[in-house]
Amino acid sequence: MTASTTPTYIGARVARKEDPRLITGEGTFTDDVTLPGMAYLTLVRSPHAHARIRRIDTTAAKKEPGVVAVFTGKDLEATGMLPVFITVPSMSGSKHMPIATDKARYAGDAVAAVVADSREAAKRAADLIAVDYEPLPIVVDAMKALEPGAPIVHEELGSNLVFTYPVKGGDIDKAFKDAEVKISQRIVNQRLIPNAIEPRAVTAKFEAGELTLWSTTQIPHFVQLIAALNLGLGQNKVRVIAPEVGGGFGSKLQVYAEELLVGFLAKTLGRPVKWTEERREGYLATIHGRDHVSDVELAAKRDGTILGLRVRTVANVGAYLQAFAPGIPTILHVFIVPGAYRIPAFDYEMRGAYTNTTPVDAYRGAGRPEAAYLIERMVDRLADEIRMDPAEVRRKNFIAADAFPFNTISGITYDSGNYEPALDRALAMADYKGFEKRRAEAKTRGNYRGIGISSYVEICGLAPSKVNAALGVGWGGYESARIRVHATGSVQVFTGTSPHGQGHETSWAQIAADALGISPNDIEVRHGDTFESPGMGVGTFGSRSLAVGGVAVHKAAEKVREKVVQIGAHLLEASPADVVVAGGKVFVKGVPEKAKNFGDISMAAYLANNLPEGMEPGLEATVYYDPPNFTFPFGTHIAEVEIDGETGTVQIVKYSACDDCGRQINPMIVEGQLHGGITQGIGQALYEGAVYDSDGQLLSGSMMEYHVPTAEDVPPFDLDSTETLTNTNPLGVKGIGEAGTIGSTPAAVNAVIDALSPLGIKHLDMPLTPEKLWRAIRASGEGRR
Amino acid sequence: MITHPFTYQAPTTIEEAVRALGGAGEAKVIAGGHSLLPLMKLGLAQPEMLVDLRRIASLGEIRTEADGTIAIGALATHRVITHDQTVRAKLTALAEAAGEVGDLQVRARGTIGGSLAHADPAADEPAPTIAFDATIRAVGPKGQRDIRARDYFKGTFETALAANEILVEIRFPAQPARTGSAYAKFAHPASRFAVTGVAAVVTIKSDGSVERAALGVTGAAAAAYRATEAERALTGTKGDAKAIAAAAAKAADGITALSDLVASSEYRKHLVTVYARRAIERAIERARA
Repeated sequence: MTASTTPTYIGARVARKEDPRLITGEGTFTDDVTLPGMAYLTLVRSPHAHARIRRIDTTAAKKEPGVVAVFTGKDLEATGMLPVFITVPSMSGSKHMPIATDKARYAGDAVAAVVADSREAAKRAADLIAVDYEPLPIVVDAMKALEPGAPIVHEELGSNLVFTYPVKGGDIDKAFKDAEVKISQRIVNQRLIPNAIEPRAVTAKFEAGELTLWSTTQIPHFVQLIAALNLGLGQNKVRVIAPEVGGGFGSKLQVYAEELLVGFLAKTLGRPVKWTEERREGYLATIHGRDHVSDVELAAKRDGTILGLRVRTVANVGAYLQAFAPGIPTILHVFIVPGAYRIPAFDYEMRGAYTNTTPVDAYRGAGRPEAAYLIERMVDRLADEIRMDPAEVRRKNFIAADAFPFNTISGITYDSGNYEPALDRALAMADYKGFEKRRAEAKTRGNYRGIGISSYVEICGLAPSKVNAALGVGWGGYESARIRVHATGSVQVFTGTSPHGQGHETSWAQIAADALGISPNDIEVRHGDTFESPGMGVGTFGSRSLAVGGVAVHKAAEKVREKVVQIGAHLLEASPADVVVAGGKVFVKGVPEKAKNFGDISMAAYLANNLPEGMEPGLEATVYYDPPNFTFPFGTHIAEVEIDGETGTVQIVKYSACDDCGRQINPMIVEGQLHGGITQGIGQALYEGAVYDSDGQLLSGSMMEYHVPTAEDVPPFDLDSTETLTNTNPLGVKGIGEAGTIGSTPAAVNAVIDALSPLGIKHLDMPLTPEKLWRAIRASGEGRR
Repeated sequence: MITHPFTYQAPTTIEEAVRALGGAGEAKVIAGGHSLLPLMKLGLAQPEMLVDLRRIASLGEIRTEADGTIAIGALATHRVITHDQTVRAKLTALAEAAGEVGDLQVRARGTIGGSLAHADPAADEPAPTIAFDATIRAVGPKGQRDIRARDYFKGTFETALAANEILVEIRFPAQPARTGSAYAKFAHPASRFAVTGVAAVVTIKSDGSVERAALGVTGAAAAAYRATEAERALTGTKGDAKAIAAAAAKAADGITALSDLVASSEYRKHLVTVYARRAIERAIERARA
C-alpha cells in the first residue's frame, strides 16, 4: 500500500455486503432467469462408457407434444469444438464436440438434444430417442489406459497418452546413492466430484442481433470470447452474465457444451432457451477433480535430511481434455511438489491418460492438494521410518526464513515465507506435547487416537502473462478493474473477477474505501457482466482474485484518489502534497474544518468548469494489472483423530491450523474460506471418492452414495495466522481460497495413519472409510473383539 | 422433475381414501412424500393417481388406550414421534429411531406410516416396530385388519399390505415393568439411512436377570428381522457384559447381509453384532434405572 493510505477498512471484519440478499432469497441465479416464449433444452446422454453411435432414431421424439426441435451431433456441428486453453509440450489434444457425433466416450457423453416448450416435454421426448449403440471395450483406470493393447479413447491420436511432462533439478542419482534411507510408496489421490451447491444452468436470448447468455460460470469473459468466435458473432454482440453463482470449486471454470448449445439454439430457433442441470446429471456431465496415481521414492539421511524425491505419476484426464485440464497436473502440481522443503534433487515425470470416464479438470486446489498430499505423506513416512518426530523432520527440512526469495529445485521462485512460526503456533494450539497421554487414554477405551501434521505451500496469484505464455497457457493472467465515481459521489467498482461465494463485493469495497477515504457501504462492487466490466476479465479461480483482481481494484482506486487530490488541491488552493482524503472529506492537512466533501470533488469533476489546467473532466479509472510473480501462501494444519476400535469409524476430535496468506483484507472472510476449505479437504481424506465399475458406470452417482461433509462431520476449528507479506504486489496479499483444502487432507490422513502406526500400519489410500480401517486393524491382528 | 402426468385426490375420510385407491388406474398413497416423490422424479414410480392422506385428521394422532396400547397414527411425522413424551418414556427405542431418520427436513414431513408402507430395507422405524411386537392396522375395501409386525415385512419394498389397503395405525402393546429399550445405528454417511440399526427391548426380573429380550435389526438384510438367536442367548442370563457380548455376537446369524459401497456383507454383519451390543447395553441400563 502507498504511504499515503492508512488502512481503516483493510483488515477489518466487515460484514459481507452480499449476504442480506442471498440469505433472504433475493438473489437472481441463472435458473431464475425466465423469459417470455422460452424453450427448454434437454440432452440425451450415453449410458455406455464407450460405444459407437450407429444410428439415432428421433421420429417418436419429434412427435411428442410440445417438442420444438430434436438434434443429433451432426446437426449441431456449427457450434464448433470446446476449447482447451493450455497446451503443454508433446500434448495430444482431443477433438471435443458439444454433442458426440461418432462415438460416446464416457457414460454421460451427450449424443442428442431436445428443445421443447417445457422441461417435462423435453425430457419425455428425450426418453423416446432410440440410439443404436455398438458397445466398445472400456478403459477406466489411467495406468491400464497406457498399457499396450488398451482400448483407445480417441483412435485418431493412436494412444491414450495425453502428454509426458518431466521436471528435473539437481543430481537425483547421487541423492539415492548417498541415501541412508530410501522410502518407496504408491500414493493414490482419488477422483472427486465437485458438488457446487448450485448445479449448472444456462439461459440465452437472441434479440436484434445480440446474444445475451446467463451462465453459472467462474469465467464469463472466456465464455463470451468462445461464444463469439464459435457462433460467428462479433464480441460486441455477445453479452455473458454470471448472475449469482452458487459455488464452483473449479467445476464452473469451463466453456461447457451446454453454454455453446444454448447460445446457438437461442440464435437459430429465435426464442430464448434454458438448460438446467439435474444433480445426478451433474455427477456425470460436470468435470471431476484429482485422480492421480503416483509412485514416489524419497532419499534421505538418518538424521531426517531429505536428499531427493523421484515421482512417476499418471493423471487420469477422463474422456476429453477440458479447458484447463492440461495445466492442472503439470503447472499447478509438479512445480509445487517440493513444498516447504529444501530438497536438493528432484525428478518428476507426469503423464496424462485418456480414459472412458467423465473429464477431469480443476477442483479446489487443482494440482496443489495432490502435491501437498504426496510430499506430506512422504515426510510422515520418513519420520516413521527413522523414528523421528514428524514435526522435527519438517523443521529440519524447512526452507529457512532468510532464504527468500527462494528458487526451488523444481524451478520456480517462492516470493516470501517463514514456515517455523506457523508450525510452532499450530503445535501449541494442538497441545502436541500432551498428545501421547491422550493416545494412551483412548487405548483404555479400545480406541486408536492419532495426530497428524501438514505443512503446506501453495501457488496463488495466477499469473504473470509472460510466464503463462512460457508454460503454454494461451491467455494472459492479468485482471481488470474500473472505478467510476458519479457526479454525486456514488462509487461503482467493476471487476473482472467473477465471485461465486467469495465475498468480493465486500473485500473489493474495503480495498477501494481505504484508497478513496470513504466507507465500504458507499461503494458498490459489480461483477459478472461482460458488458459492464472492462473489456476483459480473466475470472475467479486458483485463489487468484485478491492477489490479481483485488490489486487491480487497489490500483484503480489509487488513480482515482490521485485525481481527487489534484481537484481538492485546486479547490482548496493548496499543494496536492498537503491534501488529506479521509472520512469522506478532502482537506488541507491540519485544517479539517475547511474540508470539501468527497461529493463536492466528484461534482467538480463533472461540472468541469473549475478544474486544474489541462485536466480531463470525469472521475473514473480503469486498470489492467499483470502480476510480476505468483504468490506462495503457506501454513501448518494439525488434525487429531480418534478411531473406533470396533467399527473403524474416524472422528476428528480437534483441528488446529495456522495459515499465512499475507495481508488479510477481511479476516472473517479468510476464516470462512478456511472453514469450508478444511471441511472439503477432510471430505477427500475420509469420505469422498468417485467409484467406477469396470464398465465405466459411476457407482457413486448421486448424493445418496457420495458423502459431501457438512458441519456435522467436523469439529470446531481453532484458527490462527501469521502475516508474511509478499512484495509481488503493493497490498502484500497472497490468497486463501484453496489453502484449507490443500492443508487439511494430509493432516487428516497423517493423523489416521499415526493412530494406526502402533499396529504396524504404514499407509492406506483415501478415502479412509470405516470398513477400510476395520479391515486394516483386523489384518494387523488386533481389533478382533 | 416429474415428467409423467398424474391426477391427485385429497379425501377427508379413510373410507373415501380406500375408494379412491380402488378406482381405475394405478394409484398410490402419499403422505409426507419423502419416499414416493424421489421415486417419481427418477421415473421409477409412475402412478396415474395420488391419494393424499393428509386431510384425514385422525391419522396424525398418538394416543394411549385403556390397556396401555400406544396407537400411533400413520401420519405421525418422525419429528412428532421423536418428541412425544409418551413415546420417549414407554417406547424409547422408537423415539430414538425416529430421531435418526434422514435429516431435519425429512423428519419434519416424513411419516411413520409412509416409512412402514414403503419398507425400505434401510429405514429406521421398522426395527423398533418389530422389536416391540407392534401390530400394523390396515383398512381396505373389506374393512379393517391387524397384521403382526413380524409377519408384515416381506422383503425389500415388500409388505403384507395389499395394493388396495391403507396403513392407518401402528399399535404398540403395553410393555411390562422393568423394560428398557434403545436404538443404535450406524448411518450411511451420505444418505443417513441405516447401514445397520438395532432396536433392543429388554425386560429384567427383580433380581436383575434378563426375563425377555427382543432385537429388531434393520439395514442389514433385505428386510428388517428379529435376531431370535441373540434374543434366546440373552434371555435368562444375568445381563452382564459377557452375556451381552455373547448374545450380540449372534445378532447376524443366518442372514444374507446386504452389500454396497459403504459396507460389504462381511462388514455389515460385523456392524450388526457391534450395534446389537451397544443397543442391548443401553436397553438394560434403562431397564435397571
